[in-house]
Amino acid sequence: MTPRLQMKDLAAGPLPLAHRPEQHLPSPSDWSFELIEQYHSVIRTTAERFGLDTYPNQLEIITAEQMMDAYASVGMPVNYRHWSYGKEFISTEKNYKRGAMGLAYEIVINSNPCISYLMEENTMAMQALVIAHAAYGHNSFFKGNYLFRMWTDAASIIDYLVYAKNYVAACEEKHGLEMVETFLDSCHALMNQGVDRYRRPSKRTLAQELAERKEREAYAQQQVNDLWRTLPRRADKAEEQQEARRFPEEPQENLLYFVEKNAPLLEPWQREIVRIVRKIAQYFYPQRQSQVMNEGWATFWHHRLLNTLYDDGWLTDGVMIEWLKSHTNVVYQPKVGDRGYSGLNPYALGFAMYSDIERICRHPTDEDRQWFPDLAGSPWLPALDHAMRNYKDESFVGQFLSPKLMRDLRLFAIVDDDKKNDIEVAAIHDESGYRRVREALSHQYDLGSREPNIQVWNVNLRGDRSLTLRHFQHNDRPLDDSAQQVLKHAARLWGFAVHLESANGKGDVTKRWTVPAPAH
Amino acid sequence: MQQIIDRRLAGKNKSIGNRERFLRRYKEQVKEAVRRAIDGRGIRDLQRGEDVHIPKKDVSEPVFHHGSGGKREMVHPGNKEYVAGDRIQRPKGGQGGGGSGSGQASDSGEGEDDFVFSLSKEEFMQVFFEDLALPHLIRTQLAETPEWKSHRAGFTSDGTPNNLHVVRSMRGALGRRIALGTEKRRELHELEQRLALLKSPQTSVDDAVRREIDEVETRIAELRRRIGAIPFLDPIDLRFRSRVKTPVPTSKAVMFCLMDVSGSMDEQRKELSKRFFILLYLFLTKHYEKIDIVYIRHHTQAQEVDEQGFFHSTETGGTVVSSALVLMEEIIRARYPSDQWNIYGAQASDGDNWHHDSGRCRELLEQKILPLVRYYAYVQVAEPEQNLWEEYARLAETSGTHFAMRKATEASQIYPVFRDLFKKEGAPA
Repeated sequence: MTPRLQMKDLAAGPLPLAHRPEQHLPSPSDWSFELIEQYHSVIRTTAERFGLDTYPNQLEIITAEQMMDAYASVGMPVNYRHWSYGKEFISTEKNYKRGAMGLAYEIVINSNPCISYLMEENTMAMQALVIAHAAYGHNSFFKGNYLFRMWTDAASIIDYLVYAKNYVAACEEKHGLEMVETFLDSCHALMNQGVDRYRRPSKRTLAQELAERKEREAYAQQQVNDLWRTLPRRADKAEEQQEARRFPEEPQENLLYFVEKNAPLLEPWQREIVRIVRKIAQYFYPQRQSQVMNEGWATFWHHRLLNTLYDDGWLTDGVMIEWLKSHTNVVYQPKVGDRGYSGLNPYALGFAMYSDIERICRHPTDEDRQWFPDLAGSPWLPALDHAMRNYKDESFVGQFLSPKLMRDLRLFAIVDDDKKNDIEVAAIHDESGYRRVREALSHQYDLGSREPNIQVWNVNLRGDRSLTLRHFQHNDRPLDDSAQQVLKHAARLWGFAVHLESANGKGDVTKRWTVPAPAH
Repeated sequence: MQQIIDRRLAGKNKSIGNRERFLRRYKEQVKEAVRRAIDGRGIRDLQRGEDVHIPKKDVSEPVFHHGSGGKREMVHPGNKEYVAGDRIQRPKGGQGGGGSGSGQASDSGEGEDDFVFSLSKEEFMQVFFEDLALPHLIRTQLAETPEWKSHRAGFTSDGTPNNLHVVRSMRGALGRRIALGTEKRRELHELEQRLALLKSPQTSVDDAVRREIDEVETRIAELRRRIGAIPFLDPIDLRFRSRVKTPVPTSKAVMFCLMDVSGSMDEQRKELSKRFFILLYLFLTKHYEKIDIVYIRHHTQAQEVDEQGFFHSTETGGTVVSSALVLMEEIIRARYPSDQWNIYGAQASDGDNWHHDSGRCRELLEQKILPLVRYYAYVQVAEPEQNLWEEYARLAETSGTHFAMRKATEASQIYPVFRDLFKKEGAPA
């Protein structure tokens, strides 16, 4: 294997084609293993010319049923058993059979080697599209983007899921399906609040994880016991100080972590399940923050790779037409007010943005030079690579959304304030509005503004042991009333009463929910 | 090296465990759907799946999310006419999605739909029979330790020497020898003729001919050697008798369906009776590998008929119930010895009987039939309690648990009757 290209080697653009093929790749509609190999090797060579750096690829052929299966268990090839995945499967299957929904053409797993699923129903042209999209687009994103590098450990995820599956199964056997199921329900309810947003996790292999488990169980229980020590300290003065002590001293964002470490009544196996759920939530956290970038990147590259293949003389017109049709569907952006409009299409936006970055680099206008002085006229491949590696959706939009693209998409920002009767158009795609629109769109992709910010606020250590959570309102947006249901789950995990306070920007509590301690 | 892995055969039905958990969680709703289906359906299509509706809010998983209200700023594509500072009326439906209300409306409409899914036929029947069990089931006779009988199933290419089938193997060997040797033998034959020609006195002997004779002779020797090298018997020729084991039904059941087809049994009552029999039959198919059904219909005389004749013929006339019981007993004695068969009796009638006959029915049942059967169930498909009901009621008091009687007057009562008759011992009805 040749050593990987450095981005600086690609300042002048992709490497040239070694030699033109004498004829097109065969293009029957049915795929075969040999054909997939042939297409794959051509796509690989082309991707290498563009300097895409990927994990090794593992292509797997699966049936539609298996695709739905993977779909239902959050896109992973293996996962622990839970009724909610059964529910997902049923509704996916129903939609698929009714034809309401085309099945995703591909699922790709952020693992090392990177697993891409090819569905057996796909035609050869579609398989080529999927290979370019998933095995080179997504794969290079997983390997390169800082969020994934920092938060996920591609090498160990599959092992960890296998472990999780077996552990949950063992618990079911030991403690009964029902116990485990209700407990998992409760964990799932808090899953979105079970991630560390700022603290960088340590990477552990499965072996380390297992070795630490036993130790951790004993230690954690001891910590918990210490916290809940009921024997009075000797001096009365110390007692008073204890009263004043806040716990936790600082509000904590990771509810599941807090429960795992501090809930008084949990059994060791329950703590381990909390841990499993929160680890998996953490694994998916980057995906939720980089959908536009990730899909856009993959779409940009399948488009570029397959077009290059065509220019080089590998693909027939038929294959081109077929994947282009699918590509066009994927990047279709309905306008507001159209039927089927449901917000910005991440594929469309991401694809448009990467294409736009390339345009700014290669054919900058005066406007571009003014808005992107560093970018305009610089080598495009390194610029794209940089834009893929070092951003998440929020900062990516904030950094790279150009006035031209805002005009092309005719973006406009509205303000919906419940104190006013009307919705106000805050800014549109014009000179005075560009920055405002860009900023608004950037905030829209900030997970913090999409999901309520709920933190562990206080624990009543010496009284009824109740747990108080606090919701920090974002722009005075209230919590949905389903919060009461979620609190029940929180109370089940905590074992005692749980309160939730919703506080506005000034710190005044505007609403409270309370769930009493569950019966033991 | 990159690799393509074919996963299609692995991991089929991987999500079955999740589905089971889902069904378990919504057991009540599933049961309710099945109950309704059985009430409403025609008899012949009982054995198929059913759609189950569960309100969406019951299957939702709560998470914290923002409610409507507060201040939100949103960006939308496809601006047609707005400029900064424009005011737009808030679309109905609450949380303003932007310029359009129509998309919102359809969204919320969908949100209130039920979560619908289909039970497969197997799952349907599973639920249906769930907490039923045959009364006095002799479990040792049931399929837990099935008896196996081995019988022949053609030939296979491997097996143990004692199963070697010599004739088949030799036939195979012969065929192979012919197939492998034909070409060589033909050539050998031609060469031998050529040699004979060359060696015949007519041919003048010169160097060229001598050389050819040499060549032909070497070739002949070579061919002979190669023909000789074809093995007489090769491992691939061997054929063995294949024997497969099949379970022998150790538990056999016979179900007697007795029905009154006299003039007083109208279509609706027959319909009710039919359901009763079908349900019993389906139930028995779950527990026995082999089930015989004997249909006996009667008015003043009883007669054994086939299924078609049983359910779909119309007769008129008076009623003598005992005639059917007599016939049933005769058939048991003749064809279904009770030490080999589990005998179930199910009788449906509107309770109308020739009044002198009812006492005789009780005696017949008590003395002749009940000792032979595992269970005897009587369903009356009409309300009035006539003398047959009274006689049977006396019998029910004395005969213990393998005789049961109930009344059912409409389709929706059939199912509870059925469950009642065969309810699992100790389980609440």
